[in-house]
Formats: sequence, C-alpha cells, structure tokens
Amino acid sequence: MQQKVYLDYAATTPVDQRVLKAMLPYFGEYIGNTMSLHQQGSLAAEAVERAREIVAKALNANTDEIVFTGSATESNNLALKGLAEANPGKKKIIISNIEHDCVEKSARWLGLRGYKIVRIGVDKEGVIDFGELNKEIDQDTLLVSVIHGNNEVGTIQDLKKIGELCSKNGVYFHTDASQSFGKEEIDVVKMKIDLLTASSHKIYGPKGVAVLYVRNGIKINPILHGGGHEGGLRSSTVNVPAIVGMGKATEISYKVRKLESYKVKQLRDKLIDGILKTVPDCWLNGSKAKRLANNVNISFARVEGESMLLELDAKGIMCSTGSACSSSSLEPSHVLLAMGLTAPEAHGSLRFSLGRWTTNKEINYVLSVLPTVVKKMRKISPYKI
Amino acid sequence: MRGQFNYSKKVLRHFRNPHNLGSIKQPDGVGEVGNMACGDVMKLYIKVEEDKIVNVKFETYGCAAAIATSSVITDLVKGKTIDEALEMTNKSVIDSLDGLPPIKIHCSLLSVDALSEAIYDYLIKSKKEIPQMLAAKHKRIETLHKH
Repeated sequence: MQQKVYLDYAATTPVDQRVLKAMLPYFGEYIGNTMSLHQQGSLAAEAVERAREIVAKALNANTDEIVFTGSATESNNLALKGLAEANPGKKKIIISNIEHDCVEKSARWLGLRGYKIVRIGVDKEGVIDFGELNKEIDQDTLLVSVIHGNNEVGTIQDLKKIGELCSKNGVYFHTDASQSFGKEEIDVVKMKIDLLTASSHKIYGPKGVAVLYVRNGIKINPILHGGGHEGGLRSSTVNVPAIVGMGKATEISYKVRKLESYKVKQLRDKLIDGILKTVPDCWLNGSKAKRLANNVNISFARVEGESMLLELDAKGIMCSTGSACSSSSLEPSHVLLAMGLTAPEAHGSLRFSLGRWTTNKEINYVLSVLPTVVKKMRKISPYKI
Repeated sequence: MRGQFNYSKKVLRHFRNPHNLGSIKQPDGVGEVGNMACGDVMKLYIKVEEDKIVNVKFETYGCAAAIATSSVITDLVKGKTIDEALEMTNKSVIDSLDGLPPIKIHCSLLSVDALSEAIYDYLIKSKKEIPQMLAAKHKRIETLHKH
C-alpha cells in the first residue's frame, strides 16, 4: 500500500481520539439546549461552562471574556466589525499586510464604510515593521490587528511589544492566534491583548467552533442577532458537542504543549535542512528563529507549486502552495509578496505543516521523494539553469 | 488541489506522463507564450516537412492544467497540415482532456496561442505567406504575453 503522509496540519488537523470520546455523549446522552431550563438544558450549559473555563485558563483570561463562535473566520469578523460598530468615534484601523483573508477582507469591508485601513509592512522574514506601526498609531486609531503565528510562513510576531504599544496609546489590540493557540505561550494579561481569536480544528479539536476573547469592559456589538446566546455576542443555538471538544482539545494541548513543540520542531528542522541540502535552488521563506514549531515553507526556483503539489499528492504526500494557480483568485500568496518575493518565487512555494502524529519515518519519506519531484517538474519547464 | 479544481482523469494522466516533452534541436518554428509572473509559460517546437507537422515538442512552466493542455495539443497537431493545425481551437483541447475546471480554461487558450506562434514563426522563417487571421492573432498575443 502507498504511504500516506499528511503534512497539512496548518490547514486542519484530525480530531484527537480523546477529544472525540469527550464529545460523543453530547450527541446522544446529553442533548439539551443550553437555554432550556430543565435538567438536560442545565447539563449542556454546565458542559459549555467547563470548556469555557479551560480555554480561559489557557489564555489567562476570565471565563466571562470567552465567546464561543462557529469559526476563526467568524471570530475575526466579530472582532473587527463588532468593535467598529460599537465604537464609532475612531475611524482608523491598522492591520499587517500578512493577515489571513478573513481579517484582510473584514478590514476592507470596513474600509468601504468610512474607515481608514492602514496595512503595516513586514521585513523579508515576515516580521512587522514596528517603527511603521508606532508611527501610524494616532488619536483616530481604534484598533490594531496583527496575526500571531502566520498561517503561511509561520513567522511569530512579538505580541507583548505590540500590546504594550497599543495599551500605551489607548488603542485596542486584536490578534488572530488561530495557528498559535495551544502551541505557543499566550497570556492576554501579560501581553496586553484586548481581543484574541483562537481555533479548535488546528489543535485536534472539531471544526465548526472557535473562540473570541474579549477583554472585560470592551464594547463590542454582535453580528448575529437572535436569542442572545454567549452574552448576547453570538446568538445561535450553542454547539455543545463542538465546544466540549474544543475544551478537551485545549486541555490536551496545554498539557503536552512543551514536549510536543520540542518534538515537532526537531522534525521540522530535519525537513528544512534536508530539503535545502538535497534540492538545488530553493530557500526557506519566513524566519528561522521566530517560527511556528510545525511550519516549513520553501520556494523552489523555476517550478510552479500546484504541479509540484499534485505530483507529491500522487506519491501520498499532502501539502499546500502559495502559487496563484492553486488559488481561486489566480493571485499568488499576498504574504510571500509582502515579504518581498517576486510572483514566480511565490508560485514556486510549498508549505509543509507538521503535527502531533508526524513521524521521523514520514519526514524521511518526503526527503526521499521531493528531490525527484522537483527535478521532474524542472525538466518539463522551459527555464533551465 | 484536486478537490478544489476537480481535474479529469485525462488531465491528470497527461500531467503525470506528458507526451512529446522536451525541445527540438533545429526546429522549424518555436512559439513561446505566457509569462512567469502569471504562473504559466509554454514553449512549443515544431518540425515541418512538406507542409506537415512531423514532429512537435513542448516545455511548460505552470500548473497541472498548463502541462496537460500543452501535452494534449502536441498529440492533436502531430501529423496535421499547417492549415489543419491553424484550425485548432481551445475547444478541441478541452474536449480531448474530458473538460477543464472553469478557472483553468485560460490554459487551453494559452496552448492554442503557443501553437499559433510556432506556426507563425515557421511561416516567417520559411518566407511563406502569413494568413491575415494568423498575423492578427500574432499581434494580439505579442501585446498580451509580453515577456
């Protein structure tokens, strides 16, 4: 049988069996609506509150600061649009130019409604220009939103530094921590974070649930109106099994975080070093030091990413690319372009993201297959060395 | 991204084992279209004997659809006369691949452009008359895919 190597954990992760086990009773045994006043309703509500406590503790937040939503995309939409709606006095929003589409497009949406959107640039490793950020913050600035661990190139931003700057200037600070929550150290108090997005399905929890942390005292309006669930911020029947799952996934992640991160980092570096050594004309995108433990992003000169991806897929290896050809917009990765790569350099990028069950054997397999794949695609290309 | 683009089996077959891959040492005509910034470049080489395309090869930088359309167009024109080859449309390319995802239709147009350019180059080099349609097409391609 062909070997299957899943190296797309940054896209989504399988649900941990322990998480699934924790969720199962909430599909059959405990099926109450958290708003119901009877026993089943109370049991459901209690389960949700237990999950809320786990997530709050992980972030060093209070339980009433945790809002469960349906996705990280929804959390980011709620953070930007909800904050803007509730605080119409200030009209400037600062983001980075390497945000995930859901932050970028929410900001653009606000831009069409009278907000001035400023995008801070990054250096060639993907670290935001702190000086530029400092300069851009003014009296009219409502919010700074910067992604914590970048989903494409893995660069980690210094949240504490940004948080302190925002706090000093009376500006709200939101971070999209979808890729880093459960993996990197996050303390909303120490880092002076006002709003934070965390995801479940990136840490071996189910899809369809995420969190927005909203610091106490911050005014924010809902984008979904209805029965007033989640403190009025997210009306919708509460997705109890998914929330229970996110709670369990968070609990496990925080227990194993340090050891797992160490182990994954070893494999990540083995993969990076191995590729750079065996494949000519390729380079690592992003920072070597300030990098998510599970992210590998490499550009291969003179080849296009989608074709490499499909060829690797045929050999059982699953990864992603920043090539235009694989995107629905036919535009290359805006993150790689922001870091100064040319369009062809972005087209030739592959992202491998490792996870809880990545093995040394799998990394060896990738290292044995990848050089041949790149060689084959380069043979088809009219661009020779 | 098969899930997203849903390539046909035939596209994947041509992509994995492209036909007529490579270059021709002394070609009678070469057509190169596309540019690296957009992510697709196709280079088509033809050898012509007595008005017939007797050999054709390609080199392509691009996605699976770009490689598959290049491969299939070489199959389609091999053995055809210049006139027959000029009648080739992107529809025959798409049909021969059992369809292309809508977002990849441009790859089929690119492959036909590469063929037209190779024939244009051959006609110029062999000092033959250029059909008006082909001259107009060449002009359009030149402005479209400037390198």
